[in-house]
Amino acid sequence: MILLGILIVLIGACLFCSLRAVLGPTAPDRVVAIDALTSLMVAVLVILGIVYEASFYLDVALVYAILAFLGTLAIAKYIEGRRVGD
Amino acid sequence: MIELIAYIFLCIGGACALIGAMGILRFPDVYNRLHANTVVVVGGVIMTLLGAGIWYGLSAYTLKAIVIALFLFLTNPVGAHAIARAAHKSGVKLWPRSVVDKLEEEEKG
Repeated sequence: MILLGILIVLIGACLFCSLRAVLGPTAPDRVVAIDALTSLMVAVLVILGIVYEASFYLDVALVYAILAFLGTLAIAKYIEGRRVGD
Repeated sequence: MIELIAYIFLCIGGACALIGAMGILRFPDVYNRLHANTVVVVGGVIMTLLGAGIWYGLSAYTLKAIVIALFLFLTNPVGAHAIARAAHKSGVKLWPRSVVDKLEEEEKG
């Protein structure tokens, strides 16, 4: 029951982050929001691993964290080369 | 007893994640939002991972959880630094009430 509450809280946090990703006035705002969103998804996967008593959720979470990190770096490198107005 | 400790960690994690997400929604500019992003990752996700590790005691699950926590702990500052640098280089303005911008002083002087 507590685990369900924590899952609902985490999904509420995901909603806040996705709202910022939709609203965000500049591209870096969206990148920050998506970065937090992927980290929150890692936490959601870990708690699902506890609920369903399956350890492969943690493998998925590890790969997801690595891909999110690489994606953040790639997008940051892409934003760096251009001005805001472009 | 172990489950109680794990629940405490998980609840701290959920609370930090919610507070950090509110910060991401409410803070005024990119650089402040990066601070809230760190609260989400270090306070929320890593606490959740440690709680999940404590839940299963000494096992492969715990080891995996600790590996993910270490990975996030090491890579989140790198990502935040890259985003802040990219935002500053692409000309995103600071919040008007910010007090200091050493990078701009460095580039001008």
